[in-house]
Amino acid sequence: MTLPLEGVRVVEFAAYAAGPMVGKYLANFGATVVHVESRTRPDGLRTNYPPFKDNRPDPDAAGWFAFCNDTKYSVTLNLKHPRARPVAERLVRWADVLIENYAPGVMARLGLGYEAVRAHNPRIVYLSSCNMGQTGPRAAQKGFGSQLTSQAGFTHLTGDPKDEPMLLFGPYIDFVAVGFGLVAVLAGLDYSRRTGRGVYIDLSQYEAGVHFVLPAVLDYEANGRILQRAGNRSPHAAPHGVYPCRGEDRWCAIAVEEDAQWQALCRVAGHPEWAADPRFDTATARKQHEEELDALVEGWTRQQEAGQLAEALQAAGVPAAPVQRTSELFADPQLRHRDTWRQLAHPVLGSFHYLAPPFSLSESPARVSRSPLVGEHNNWFYREVLELSEEEVEELEAEGVLR
Amino acid sequence: MVREASGLLASYRVLDLTDEAGWFCGRLLGDLGADVVKVEPPGGDPGRWRGPFYRDEPHPERSLPWLAYNANKRGITLALESPRGRELFARLVARADFVVESYPPGFLEDLGVGYPQLREHNPRLVWVSVTPFGRTGPRSRWRGPDLVVMAASGLLHLVGSPDGPPLRVSLPQAPLWGSLYAAAGALVAHVYRQRTGRGQLVDVSAQASLLSALANAPAYCSLFGKDLRRAGNHMVGRNVHGARVRAVYRCRDGYINFILYSGEAGRHSNAALVRWMEECGALPETLRGRDWEAFDVVTATQEEIDELEQAIAAFLAERTKAEFTEEALRRGILGYPVADPRDIREDPQLEARGFWEPVYHPGLEATLHYPRGFARFSNGAAGIRRPAPRVGEHNVEVYGELGLSPEDVERLRAEGVV
Repeated sequence: MTLPLEGVRVVEFAAYAAGPMVGKYLANFGATVVHVESRTRPDGLRTNYPPFKDNRPDPDAAGWFAFCNDTKYSVTLNLKHPRARPVAERLVRWADVLIENYAPGVMARLGLGYEAVRAHNPRIVYLSSCNMGQTGPRAAQKGFGSQLTSQAGFTHLTGDPKDEPMLLFGPYIDFVAVGFGLVAVLAGLDYSRRTGRGVYIDLSQYEAGVHFVLPAVLDYEANGRILQRAGNRSPHAAPHGVYPCRGEDRWCAIAVEEDAQWQALCRVAGHPEWAADPRFDTATARKQHEEELDALVEGWTRQQEAGQLAEALQAAGVPAAPVQRTSELFADPQLRHRDTWRQLAHPVLGSFHYLAPPFSLSESPARVSRSPLVGEHNNWFYREVLELSEEEVEELEAEGVLR
Repeated sequence: MVREASGLLASYRVLDLTDEAGWFCGRLLGDLGADVVKVEPPGGDPGRWRGPFYRDEPHPERSLPWLAYNANKRGITLALESPRGRELFARLVARADFVVESYPPGFLEDLGVGYPQLREHNPRLVWVSVTPFGRTGPRSRWRGPDLVVMAASGLLHLVGSPDGPPLRVSLPQAPLWGSLYAAAGALVAHVYRQRTGRGQLVDVSAQASLLSALANAPAYCSLFGKDLRRAGNHMVGRNVHGARVRAVYRCRDGYINFILYSGEAGRHSNAALVRWMEECGALPETLRGRDWEAFDVVTATQEEIDELEQAIAAFLAERTKAEFTEEALRRGILGYPVADPRDIREDPQLEARGFWEPVYHPGLEATLHYPRGFARFSNGAAGIRRPAPRVGEHNVEVYGELGLSPEDVERLRAEGVV
């Protein structure tokens, strides 16, 4: 079976999550993706971010790196070495797609800016993904994804209205940008194939993120309102929240959006009299009496097991789900049905849960193979793919270019 | 305002039958130049009643979420429940490159206009279904508005105070995640079609689309068999002793995101902030004279981290968001303001990049600003060509392309088909 992206060659001068995950998804659909890194300065996810196998930091024992880099090849190249440039030039001539997520200007200083690369390969699709975009007065403003998430409004919009804003756990915006980057590269690839012309894509992760809060920005422009965080409440639906269930830190999310769903909830709860209560019989009434409503629902859910409760509510047509813990996702029947987690053996990590893409294609199933060790594919790639001679490779190795 | 289509996907046609769960997919393809036709039931998509509204007046042409995520589309109405409607739909599909829909699994098949039926007319068709949980499987029939999908995805459990409930973002996110990966899936299938001539069905799960946003939590769980616990506005899972690292600090006019990091950039950033504090005389005696370039937050103890963070909190409490932003840029400190919608709308960085593009809305007799496109492309510009359509705005135009006259369209209107 032909994979959709079979034969597509991707080179990544990328680290952390926002660049490499774009390459990961391309690899899942058949692209040959080479993650270029250096032992002199390994990918930050290999060195700075737990979890590490047995809690021992080591580039080949890094779990998050593995998660973002399955199905790829790893080659090492010390781009700061003066003799690295001819090798890098061969790499970009080989590639159909280049992905980089360094700070603006870094690639140009390495001799790998778009203009330079285009001179070698005019058809290349070149994605630059960085925090603030390549231009503008704050182009150089630094920060990790967990911080940029705050710049794009997500933190302000998360939390209790009377309380401090909350972090969205990790670098949420990086993964938003991954989706946009993937869409841009795929469109660029189609364009390049049809026209023979390449394309440069300047993706600002901040700007990508703003798309996910756009109604709030329009609300400010149109109505002068600065939208505030509202816990789990919805302006139009009630009950709408997470309700405590039996056990420690167990919750069920319930989002009643229609009166019929409220009536169904009352039936499931065995409290038909709630449905007849005029405080709760319309969405407007329920919003007006939301504190009492939540107390009522909570009094019931506290006796229930979250998963069974969600099943019963959904069976009655009421939107609900258990608030799942990460560990429970590995056993989630729906995700298992979709073959979302791929447990594969890794020489250092042991059995590890890799992530398949979130969309499945009826004719072209995604493939997932384990993440590479640092420089694992140097031999094969430099000799057989870039076709460097034995002497060249030995010389470059001796001089520390391929470190 | 209607601009000529340019862009990477300018030669393609998309039929968009989505509700809120899939709006943004068509918007993205439209941003890239595709001709996207939004197909709504007569009377319009019920999502047009989603607030907030322009000038706070509830009206189907004034919903801000609707306007945000349906720009760059033409709009027609069509009753799929009527036989004539289904016939017209099949003719539209025969001319389309992509169909994007978010109906519950089986709904369109039961009407006789699902993918299995319509691919017969157009084997090259790429059909994208975006649903909360996917088209098949034990939870495929589950209803999945934002909060429910966020809960099922596991992200909710990781957000919020350790002693409080799990929390969502106060604006729906799950539909955007599903839509984003729907666009990606559409294009993977498209590349396959370009080489094989065959279309296919793309089945997108919003729940699965959110999993990457769990960052290192699944890896943590896979290696240790344990769950990371939500930590409010602290980071967890970044320290080998399990120490927490603060991320959100109160400042004079709101909040600032600063995090002690490791690695070269992180250590430099930590040291640069300490230097700034020292210059302002705000570094406590106990913290002076240490080598902050060597401080490694991956291996530091909770006590060491807390001691430094306490001093930072006192220092940042006296700064404004703008002050911090400026000094952070000047000194190479990693961090950003916790921006609100006004900060974003008025950010000089976005202004300088021409991010906000004015779009005149004839229906509102007003101009609103939209992102000029989600990225800058060296050729084939992405961007905004038209505001979201009014209900049935392009009926005459689009049905005209099928060979129907304005009188035919008027007759269909009278019959309740459009």
